[in-house]
Amino acid sequence: MNTMDIKPAILVEGLGKSFTLHNQGAAHVPVFEGIDLAVRPGECVVLAGASGMGKSTMLRMIYGNYLPSTGSVKVLHDGAYLDLTGAAPHVTLDVRRRTMGYVSQFLRVIPRIPTLMLVMEPLLENGVAEDEARDRAERILAMLNLPRNLWALPPATFSGGEQQRVNIARVMVRDYPILLLDEPTASLDAANRETVLALMTMARDAGTAMVGIFHDEVARNAVATRFFDVTPHRCAA
Amino acid sequence: MTIHAPLAPTPLMQVRDLNKNFGPVRACRDVSFDLRRGEILGIVGESGSGKTTLLRCISGQTAPSSGEVLFDSQRHGLRDIFALSEQERRRIAREEWGYVHQNPRDGLRMRVSGGANVVEPLLMNNVRHYGRMRTQSLDWFAKVELDGARVDGKPRTFSGGMQQRLQIARNLIHNPSLIFMDEPTGGLDVSVQARLLDLMRVLVREMGLAAIIVTHDIGVARLLADRLLVMKSGEVVEQGLTDQVLDDPQHGYTQLLVSSVLQI
Repeated sequence: MNTMDIKPAILVEGLGKSFTLHNQGAAHVPVFEGIDLAVRPGECVVLAGASGMGKSTMLRMIYGNYLPSTGSVKVLHDGAYLDLTGAAPHVTLDVRRRTMGYVSQFLRVIPRIPTLMLVMEPLLENGVAEDEARDRAERILAMLNLPRNLWALPPATFSGGEQQRVNIARVMVRDYPILLLDEPTASLDAANRETVLALMTMARDAGTAMVGIFHDEVARNAVATRFFDVTPHRCAA
Repeated sequence: MTIHAPLAPTPLMQVRDLNKNFGPVRACRDVSFDLRRGEILGIVGESGSGKTTLLRCISGQTAPSSGEVLFDSQRHGLRDIFALSEQERRRIAREEWGYVHQNPRDGLRMRVSGGANVVEPLLMNNVRHYGRMRTQSLDWFAKVELDGARVDGKPRTFSGGMQQRLQIARNLIHNPSLIFMDEPTGGLDVSVQARLLDLMRVLVREMGLAAIIVTHDIGVARLLADRLLVMKSGEVVEQGLTDQVLDDPQHGYTQLLVSSVLQI
């Protein structure tokens, strides 16, 4: 099937961002402008461009974490396009709960909660019964080679790679139609990187629309269906 | 292209142009916001920004100088709580709200047992199945992770963290639709805070209740709140989705607040 016939899951139109730092003499920091991008189910668009070009900024804007200065981000949610720009907080939260997952580089969770519980949480929030949630959480943690004796522990004391896999498990335990990936393999060793990439390729082939940042070339080439270079959109400082 | 138009059920609470003056001091200026059912709203800002005054106004304890606090009450429907009689307003507070004080001593009765503290709101709401009271207090002791063996102990024999959990149980047992919290983790050790945060989050999710939490602790706000109001000198200078407000703050004051948090 020609992927161009499928409706995009993400529509970025005329997107621009600049930061105003009020406590530093109202310094105005333009990042990029005029970005258009459509991402269809089954595509993995990898953002390209040197550090500081605004790749993470763009990803965070798609997630509704940063506010666009201009333009809009629309996502296919419950079969219709929803403009996240200026959406009420509960609407954005609903999109995140059911449609759009985000793997960040950092694990940010309430301290002292056991790993297994953290991974079950996104399922419980979506009304999955506790037994099934536990089952699915255990399966994904096993798949990601997180040692079973760590499951009952909070991840605060885990290594960087272990924390990152908890982070990935929390997102991949669900089947989100849209996945945003900010360096998901950055702190993983080769074997674990392979597992994570296999998971992501599987999700992509099952029809997930993905946008990612991968500095690691092997990872990038393994999952990307195309590249999007943000450099031409960079604002002249 | 179809544009999604989510259904908007009426908010649980609507605050409209609320002002509160203490003589020449304008403690709250033109504050307006909506609260949805099941939503957790954080109010952040430094000491003296007016956040506790705002909480006292919207929870019916202090009359605002002007403005409205509309609450969708089971008994009265959507009404300005300050247009109701004092008695009716107290009844809403007793039946449909909870209020967790920063200092548990302000929210507990220190002379009666922990178990009695927990079930007292049921008595005040004329639920009188004495036989079941003990079971209910034990149930709630378990829910807030207190040892059931301490159910007959006086609150003063409890640690600060235990007292705070007791206060939370007391404020949830009557199944309110809205709970107000004023610096609920304020006086606690960091290790006790984490447990309390987790407990509050789980209970709020399970019971589907809305919460308004005043805190100066940005970390607490990030972990608990869906949405934030940032207050400075009595005004709401910024509001929005919690992570958006904290990660991409638009107002100079919020930028200062966020950049002043110590990183560990």
